[in-house]
Amino acid sequence: MDARTGLDQIAALVPTGSRVLDLGCGSGALLAHLREARGCRGFGIEIDDALVAQCIRRDVKVLQLNLEDGLSLFDDDSFDVVLQLDTLQNLRHTAQLLRETARVGHQAIVSFPNFAHWPHRLSVLRGRMPVSKALPYQWFDTPNIRVGTFADFEVLAQQCGLRVIDAFGLHEGRRVDRWPNLLASTAVFRFERA
Amino acid sequence: MSAFAAPGFLLSAMLSLGPVTPQEMHFDAPLPLRSGASLPAYRLVYETYGRLNAARNNAVLVCHALNASHHVAGLDGNGQAGWWDNLVGPGKPLDTDRFFVIGVNNPGSCFGSTGPMHLNPATGQPWGADFPVVTVEDWVDAQALLLDRLGITQLAAVLGGSLGGMQALSWSLRHPQRLRHCIAVATAPSLSAQNIAFNEVARRAIVTDPDFHGGHFYAHGVVPARGLRVARMIGHITYLSDDSMEAKFGRQMREAELAYSTQAIEFQIESYLRHQGDKFAGYFDANTYLLITRALDYFDPARAHGGSLARAFAAAQAKFLLVSFTTDWRFAPARSREIVKALVDNQHDVSYAEIDAPHGHDAFLLEDPRYHEVMRAYFANIAREIR
Repeated sequence: MDARTGLDQIAALVPTGSRVLDLGCGSGALLAHLREARGCRGFGIEIDDALVAQCIRRDVKVLQLNLEDGLSLFDDDSFDVVLQLDTLQNLRHTAQLLRETARVGHQAIVSFPNFAHWPHRLSVLRGRMPVSKALPYQWFDTPNIRVGTFADFEVLAQQCGLRVIDAFGLHEGRRVDRWPNLLASTAVFRFERA
Repeated sequence: MSAFAAPGFLLSAMLSLGPVTPQEMHFDAPLPLRSGASLPAYRLVYETYGRLNAARNNAVLVCHALNASHHVAGLDGNGQAGWWDNLVGPGKPLDTDRFFVIGVNNPGSCFGSTGPMHLNPATGQPWGADFPVVTVEDWVDAQALLLDRLGITQLAAVLGGSLGGMQALSWSLRHPQRLRHCIAVATAPSLSAQNIAFNEVARRAIVTDPDFHGGHFYAHGVVPARGLRVARMIGHITYLSDDSMEAKFGRQMREAELAYSTQAIEFQIESYLRHQGDKFAGYFDANTYLLITRALDYFDPARAHGGSLARAFAAAQAKFLLVSFTTDWRFAPARSREIVKALVDNQHDVSYAEIDAPHGHDAFLLEDPRYHEVMRAYFANIAREIR
């Protein structure tokens, strides 16, 4: 599987037989799993050459596109579920893509590393940027151009006109419902257009 | 396949089809053409590689572009490798150990299938400029008739690049049930004004050559070589990217000193283009060039659907793979994305690879590892599907 955490927790949120769009689908492992375990179909979008080839090898439908260019390829509500897992932190036009995500899907699921996870807070208190399983890079070589917290996303979701249906944390593959902003390394939001 | 470890040179020999022989099929019934005219009794020249399996479901048709032919892979009588030999062969991305691959020369071409240099039965003279105007759709129909004769009801895939990609797309629209997969590389849903403009310059170069004789130059024992040279030169510029031309030639000079001549070859790029032009004028037919560029101009499946490409593709049933190259400015990635959008709008199965290759339009004929990995992976899936 991809270096994504709690994928099965997220897969469980995708209704059986859904039409799915996976933004930043990596090697297509999740889409292949959703197809085989839940009868879903749809597309992945990926920019990396090697990952695109891996998707094709898995017979996962993949479109090699840059998410920064938006989702103009897709009409409103053309998918049941749009996934944006562990992708948001690499994108420049965060708010725009969130609106696009909500536009093309009836529902969306977004996950990203929660910067407010307590070991990260401790690290910053000690005066150093955190390096962890969820944020495995040094500050000077990280591909993450957006670092945010569970609580930050709640604010952004409101600003982008999104209605949050469900929000929880993930840590070590387990769901965290209590104080996710403090106790979860990954934040997960399920939302739709308000 | 066994995991037989061979030294590199042996491996490359193993991966070649070796000598291949073209075959011919004759058709007595006229081919009805889109223009309303028809092509009387005609001949198609084709090559095949690999074996048709017992289920007859492993055939892949490879459609050729402007200046290519049925000789897709292997070595012809002159020891010339086919134009897509790096892609097609045993162990190659389109693996002839698994697939039965067919290359067909299109009517109107000048490599063996009935074309303008052959005799018009009505006059007993070469067709010349009177050869009926053929379209992508006409070629596809002719290819389908050949497959009927070969006893192939459904193709595992139709594959083509550039103008060949247009044929692959057209297959999915005209004969939706006869192909499982449509693989269109470095192509477009129609030509842009700029594309047509380049074609028109090439055509004017040919028809204004005094040796053209209204297209009936065969009777005069000449060919409009000057026109063909210029046509090829301008075409060639559009096949390469600015960067690849810069990398290959830059401002390299032929001589150390400037000749201060307006006629002499000063720059290597001039020498290269003239060489390409000379070579081309030696083997390509001028009327064929006019016909094929016109077929390119006319291709526009959206036209019959009020300009909607999405509506044009509504009838398609195949699964699609589209591939484009970032530096291809002749058929830019944006044109492939138009096709992808039309397919997505119809909820058709489609994958799309946009390969970051530096070579411009020509990249589709080259051996970029990322491109070939995508092709290999896709064909491996098809092989699994039909097993």
